[in-house]
Amino acid sequence: MYDIAIIGAGVIGGMIARELSFYNLKACLLEKENDVATGATKANSAIVHAGFDAKEGTLKARLNVRGSKMMSKIAKDLGVKYINNGSLVVGFNEEDKKSLESLLARGNANEVEGLKLLNREEILELEPNIGKNVTCALYAPTGAIICPYDLAVSAIGNAMDNGTELKCNFEITEIINNGDYYTLKSKENEINARYVINCAGVYSDKIAKLAGDNSFNVHPRRGEYLLLDKECGEIISHTVFVTPSKMGKGILVSPTVDGNLLLGPTAIDGEDKADKDTSFEFFASIFGIAERSVSNIPTNKTITSFCGLRSVGDTGDFIINIPKSHFVNVAGIESPGLSASPAIAEYVVDLLEQDGLELEKKKNAITQRKSMHAFREATIEEKNQMIKENPAYGKIICRCEGVTEGEILDAIRTNPKATDLDGVKRRTRAQMGRCQGGFCSPYIIELLSKELNIPYEKITKNGGKSYVVTKETK
Amino acid sequence: MIDLVIIGGGPAGMSAAISAYENGIRDILILERDDDLGGILRQCIHNGFGLHKLKEELTGPEYAHRYAKKVRELGINYKLNTMVLDITEDKKIIATNSEDGIFEIQAKAIILAMGCRERAKGALNIAGSRPAGVYSAGTAQKLVNIKGYMPGKEIVILGSGDIGLIMARRMTLEGATVKAVCELMPYSSGLARNIEQCLNDFNIPLRLSHTVVALHGKERLTGVTIARVDENKKPIKETYEFIPCDTLLLSCGLIPENELTKGMGIELSGVTNGSIVDQNRETTVSGVFACGNVLHVHDLVDYVSDEAEIAGKGAAEYIKSSQNKTVNIPITTDGKIRYTVPQSITENKDVTVYFRVNNVYKNVKINVYDNDKLVLSKKKIKVAPAEMETVKLSANLISNATNLKFVLEEEK
Repeated sequence: MYDIAIIGAGVIGGMIARELSFYNLKACLLEKENDVATGATKANSAIVHAGFDAKEGTLKARLNVRGSKMMSKIAKDLGVKYINNGSLVVGFNEEDKKSLESLLARGNANEVEGLKLLNREEILELEPNIGKNVTCALYAPTGAIICPYDLAVSAIGNAMDNGTELKCNFEITEIINNGDYYTLKSKENEINARYVINCAGVYSDKIAKLAGDNSFNVHPRRGEYLLLDKECGEIISHTVFVTPSKMGKGILVSPTVDGNLLLGPTAIDGEDKADKDTSFEFFASIFGIAERSVSNIPTNKTITSFCGLRSVGDTGDFIINIPKSHFVNVAGIESPGLSASPAIAEYVVDLLEQDGLELEKKKNAITQRKSMHAFREATIEEKNQMIKENPAYGKIICRCEGVTEGEILDAIRTNPKATDLDGVKRRTRAQMGRCQGGFCSPYIIELLSKELNIPYEKITKNGGKSYVVTKETK
Repeated sequence: MIDLVIIGGGPAGMSAAISAYENGIRDILILERDDDLGGILRQCIHNGFGLHKLKEELTGPEYAHRYAKKVRELGINYKLNTMVLDITEDKKIIATNSEDGIFEIQAKAIILAMGCRERAKGALNIAGSRPAGVYSAGTAQKLVNIKGYMPGKEIVILGSGDIGLIMARRMTLEGATVKAVCELMPYSSGLARNIEQCLNDFNIPLRLSHTVVALHGKERLTGVTIARVDENKKPIKETYEFIPCDTLLLSCGLIPENELTKGMGIELSGVTNGSIVDQNRETTVSGVFACGNVLHVHDLVDYVSDEAEIAGKGAAEYIKSSQNKTVNIPITTDGKIRYTVPQSITENKDVTVYFRVNNVYKNVKINVYDNDKLVLSKKKIKVAPAEMETVKLSANLISNATNLKFVLEEEK
């Protein structure tokens, strides 16, 4: 019997799991995919929003501003890359300027620090490559960028260091309310838990319904992105948004913590919760749209494109509630969900306590985690010491991103363990550079096969039937 | 301090090393990131290598072995499993391997011979899902020929570059079905002999002016949508066609791997994506030379070896301070000729100029002008982007020239 079962190992489930792992609780994290951080967590804008977008008084506003303030320390504790680069919301005319003024007022009401309206000359001082027709901007010095899957993987790793169990490939098919505990069933397994926390992203309405709560629906809003070569990462240093509309924050142009340039997302409401296809229309239009905000973006430096699904709830706010005793919904976590995630975790723990969960701090809770980038970020002297102790750190496997065999082995051996190619990619950046795994993927297949002691034919890209080879040659 | 450090132990690096040795340099070190010398030839187990250079037909590994054997016989030093991380403008090389850790070497001269990489799927803007089963042709070649595993059973290939053509045959021989090779251009970017021997001999359809517009399948690839493209390379919606397959191989161009080169401040050509070099293959940083696919993409390894010999000799002369740079003659092109290598000439000696054209042309003249004066004209029955061409310029021609331009003239 678990005290807590968390459904969904994205950044929300992960941050909640970490927060709960500081207490004397037996907890498990259930994930339907083969790895953690595979839903919206791996495909979003990777932004820690300052907090001026959400309407005053909403959970979104409150948790965003609070989460944004908590993020830098958490990132440091978990060794997650986080850069406080500041953000600009740019406008092109008087009407936009008015919208920016109301954003500023909203930001001030939300107690976002340091907001300021800038004119074109002031913007150019910050960003020489700003779009030709940009006339004004709202500057938010507290805006930041982070690697969202790095945060989720690290938070979950930290929780596991404190004893939380992770069960992947556990897709919930049935939830039975036994009065004082719930039974959560998948096709092959079942577990019992006293408290259930529903962090199932786009599927959170489905999970709520399985538990008998029909109070909300979630639909997916597709967001397509282009990721550009590191050569382009220095075109701008701030995250550049356009003046928002009712469909969201529009197409942003942002550097990433790893030095790439990110363009996106689109915002297309849909029905299919598994449809992460990119569209022809996106490729045809993205550069034209991005060029309005930022000039000089090369059109021939794309290294990959992807699509993420935001979970849009039908209440207009985050849906964080307790519809039934000992069952917590954490649903409709669209933007600014990543930014709010530390505060959401804190808030959920409070809710659980109000719902009767006895919370007693662990005596020796681990709150920090060795960074997955420890080798990469070490000095040459430190690296040489590490290579001496473990020669695998001297062997580069992914040449585009400079990832060593030692780091890949760490990813396969450290909780939460990578068991497929994409898992290695998210933890180490191997296969994430400009050749997109062309050179290194055969080596990584070999390392996975050796470490996990499974044949090549069983190695997958991302679980299920995503096999990478079919059989041996003749 | 080492006289000559060569980055890359593939055909270019080995040939450059041997040439430098034969021109009197003894203190040579090759740095190779893989676990043996040979570079990409190690996975090219088909034949057809060496016809020009060695006057016999070899497989890739055999061709590589000839050079590796020579490197060993001459006692040229090399470090394997060694990755160069950075090179400074003053020729300090920072590299890493498991034995030495991260180390620095100061070189008198450097030859860049890092080769190239394949254009990845991400650069092609293909819509749809992102399933397993999409590989660049070279990655598939490595899986099949080195690791001994088949990437799939039912194959579509996008791009008719030579590696794609070779893999069409290879996959067929291994029992897979190659359903189509789609080529965006109205002509193949592969060698004519490969079209015959790898596609036609196996009845594999080559769909010219076709591209892949979308991928299907959530876990493993289940099929691709292909389409004919119009004259602006835009897919025509009415021609969309679904082909079920579990594997898509991409052979959509090779990109010289010049990240180290850029870090050194060497000037690159926007056409070749390689360094701008003179007749000795010396880059815009004195004492740094480049050859092979890192300089410009070759179709035949034989030409790589030739070019590397020039670079090896050039580096040897640089080290012995016997370079004789007396002139500076730029070579420009008309666009129909996309580029030349070298892009400039700095010595009065015979120089072979290599070049590529931008389209298929028949019965043309390659005219070389010095300023506005025609100084050389060479007839060609057929030229194509896939096949590198050469023109020899004599020392006499060069001694009278100041500004050369290569122009392709079509018959009226």
